Amino acid sequence: MKFGTEIVALGLFAFVALVAAGFGVDEPFRQHMWVLLIVLLGFITILLRNTSFAAPAAIDPSAYMDGPIRYGAIATMFWGVVGMLVGVVIALQLAYPDLNIEPWFNFGRLRPLHTSGVVFAFGGNALICTSLYVVQRTCRARLFGGDLAWFVFWGYQLFIVMAATGYLLGITESREYAEPEWYVDLWLTIVWVAYLVLFLGTILKRREPHIYVANWFYLSFIVTIAMLHVINNLSMPVSFVGSKSYSAFSGVQDALTQWWYGHNAVGFFLTAGFLGMMYYFVPKQANRPVYSYRLSIIHFWALIFLYIWAGPHHLHYTALPDWAQTLGMVFSIMLWMPSWGGMINGLMTLSGAWDKLRTDPIIRMMVMAIAFYGMSTFEGPMMSIKAVNSLSHYTDWTIGHVHSGALGWVGMISFGAIYFMVPKLWNRDRLYSLRLVNWHFWLATLGIVVYAAVMWVSGVMQGLMWREYDEQGFLVYSFAETVAAMHPYYVMRALGGAMYLAGMLIMAWNIAMTILGYQREEQPMPDPVPALQPAE
Amino acid sequence: MSNEHIDEVSGISTTGHEWDGIRELNNPLPRWWITTFYITILWAIGYTIAYPAWPMLSSATKGVIGYSSRNDVKNELAAAEIAKGKYVAAVQSKTVVEIAADDALREFAGAAGGAAFKVNCVQCHGSGAQGSSGFPNLNDDDWLWGGSAEQIQQTITHGIRFSSDPDTRQSEMPAFRDIITADQIRKVSAYVASLSGPVQDESLVEPGAKVFAENCVACHGENAKGNKEFGAPDLTDAIWLYGSGEASIAAQVRAPRQGVMPAWGGRLGDTKVKELAVYIHSLGGGE
Repeated sequence: MKFGTEIVALGLFAFVALVAAGFGVDEPFRQHMWVLLIVLLGFITILLRNTSFAAPAAIDPSAYMDGPIRYGAIATMFWGVVGMLVGVVIALQLAYPDLNIEPWFNFGRLRPLHTSGVVFAFGGNALICTSLYVVQRTCRARLFGGDLAWFVFWGYQLFIVMAATGYLLGITESREYAEPEWYVDLWLTIVWVAYLVLFLGTILKRREPHIYVANWFYLSFIVTIAMLHVINNLSMPVSFVGSKSYSAFSGVQDALTQWWYGHNAVGFFLTAGFLGMMYYFVPKQANRPVYSYRLSIIHFWALIFLYIWAGPHHLHYTALPDWAQTLGMVFSIMLWMPSWGGMINGLMTLSGAWDKLRTDPIIRMMVMAIAFYGMSTFEGPMMSIKAVNSLSHYTDWTIGHVHSGALGWVGMISFGAIYFMVPKLWNRDRLYSLRLVNWHFWLATLGIVVYAAVMWVSGVMQGLMWREYDEQGFLVYSFAETVAAMHPYYVMRALGGAMYLAGMLIMAWNIAMTILGYQREEQPMPDPVPALQPAE
Repeated sequence: MSNEHIDEVSGISTTGHEWDGIRELNNPLPRWWITTFYITILWAIGYTIAYPAWPMLSSATKGVIGYSSRNDVKNELAAAEIAKGKYVAAVQSKTVVEIAADDALREFAGAAGGAAFKVNCVQCHGSGAQGSSGFPNLNDDDWLWGGSAEQIQQTITHGIRFSSDPDTRQSEMPAFRDIITADQIRKVSAYVASLSGPVQDESLVEPGAKVFAENCVACHGENAKGNKEFGAPDLTDAIWLYGSGEASIAAQVRAPRQGVMPAWGGRLGDTKVKELAVYIHSLGGGE
């Protein structure tokens, strides 16, 4: 019977959720279990409507398994719109505090929804679906493990839904980028290990003699995230039917564990993973060989060796001992060139194809992504220098830095990859519209520039105001005055974010139309040069 | 798969492998890239020799230049203390009147009080000490409990209607809804409003004055100029703590709100309170 096992397993799972909803010791946990139950019942209903007793069609083991990748591309679009929309909302909440709607939609609850939404839901889905696309094609092997890829896809969506609804209900571990509570963490661990098995299994059954560089990066991302996630979330639940848990670490050890995790979530999720994406989709779209194999080896190993030590730079001038701060800083400085190795390999891969920048907005998007990658991986080591950090830390400069990386690098390279993949996954000749891609490119680029520039200015201003003393040695500004001074920048930041979101909506439309099989009648790009007219 | 292959565009050989159509050129590492990488490594080694860095079994290397962030903070704070030292001592030993009379000392205490104001007082009185409904403006010369430096010092030290300080400023306007009729309240409110502006119904003013004379003069005075002994506000100016107009006045007569200010003496100490008093006294309305 089709889906027989799945329906039974989900039914048992739903029963457990119902029991937990009944015996939960705190109200948010009970509510959260009702949410889980409803989601699971939804899954079961869909499976029951699609079940059949006919013998399943034989699967061609030599064909690539693209079903979960198609779903992944759609999920990437969906969560991208949601995560960025929430980003614009919280940007507006900062500018206009009246927009905080208690208790579910105040800034404190929406902010993790935004960060997890864009990093783990949008970025995570982009990474999972592109990695499964790339690993099959560069290994010439079908995904390992039968329906394991489907489990990874749906399991990951369930994680996202549980994390997101938990935030809104006020359930949080208060660890930045690791807010979900213990039971959601456990679920993610299961899904993530399945993902590792899926990816590694596919590499092991490859029919190429060597493993392509993109797969090194993807694999390092999957392995390291598993390690980071498990260790940072070691905690003891107060009750097995309750939403609260306590960390296994305390004090500065806890802070260091958190930032070891937090920094490497940036390093391995947002850098290594997306470098994997770059190493496949840039050469494919440019139709050029990768610039240097040797550089790819050296910068890969240097990057993953050095990145893991750099976390303490998030804790400069805190209770963290000086020696750990020093190490965090020098490892960040040494990380500069290994990070730039990826930028060089990405940009130089275009040598011989630079003319495509004029004609192909997808290439343009990828080049902009690599440029922002280079910029933020220079800015990062610079901000890790203690003297710079004493000004920049806790200010909006950090927010600007993160967004030039997230919007510029992560967002743009993902957009490029999705634009490349979708026509191939659905067997379309081309995208619905290349001109819409161009619109997306400009809206996104302008949005990032506005966002990052505004946050730089406001961050530096904020840092300077905080440390401004008069000649008598007294603080010049109260904290509230520094907040008031930020208002115009907060408004402009929301505008930059809204432009980026507008680009994302255009993309979602373009991708949806492509999937539905439409092709827009339009002039090819670039515009033909008009013939010169004699002056009248 | 591994066989000689030259990329036609660049003329550079590839590694010979191909994955889904992607090849890799056999370019060397860019010279500037590897040189800069080495420089950052050398710099890192040098830095970790100079500063506390490498963890050992029970402690970490101290670094040859003897840097410690804790010592840095300690030294900076000590230097700041020394710089302020003589002024702080003078503020401690002198009265607020003496401080206000000495130009250098007043300037110092005003700056110190201003900084303390930003941290402790702006939440209620506003960042410009302009106040808001229920919280008096401290820039004008209208004082509930007195505007001399000493009176301000007294108010800050012990607070207003702050029950856990026995010396707090104390007064309570009774709720007149239990004492006079609603009609009388309407009239007296019209009268009070008429002292600083026009009223809607002039005919209420005269009977209102009678109600006022019978019930209010004990605290607010015959001329309604208030009494700082009881924190009774001057009703003839157009400055209102709980809103202007007959309706707001009537509400206050019926069931008065009694504002509370905490006592800051125990929390901030005498010196800080003196500095705050000098600062507030200097804002423009000091008597």
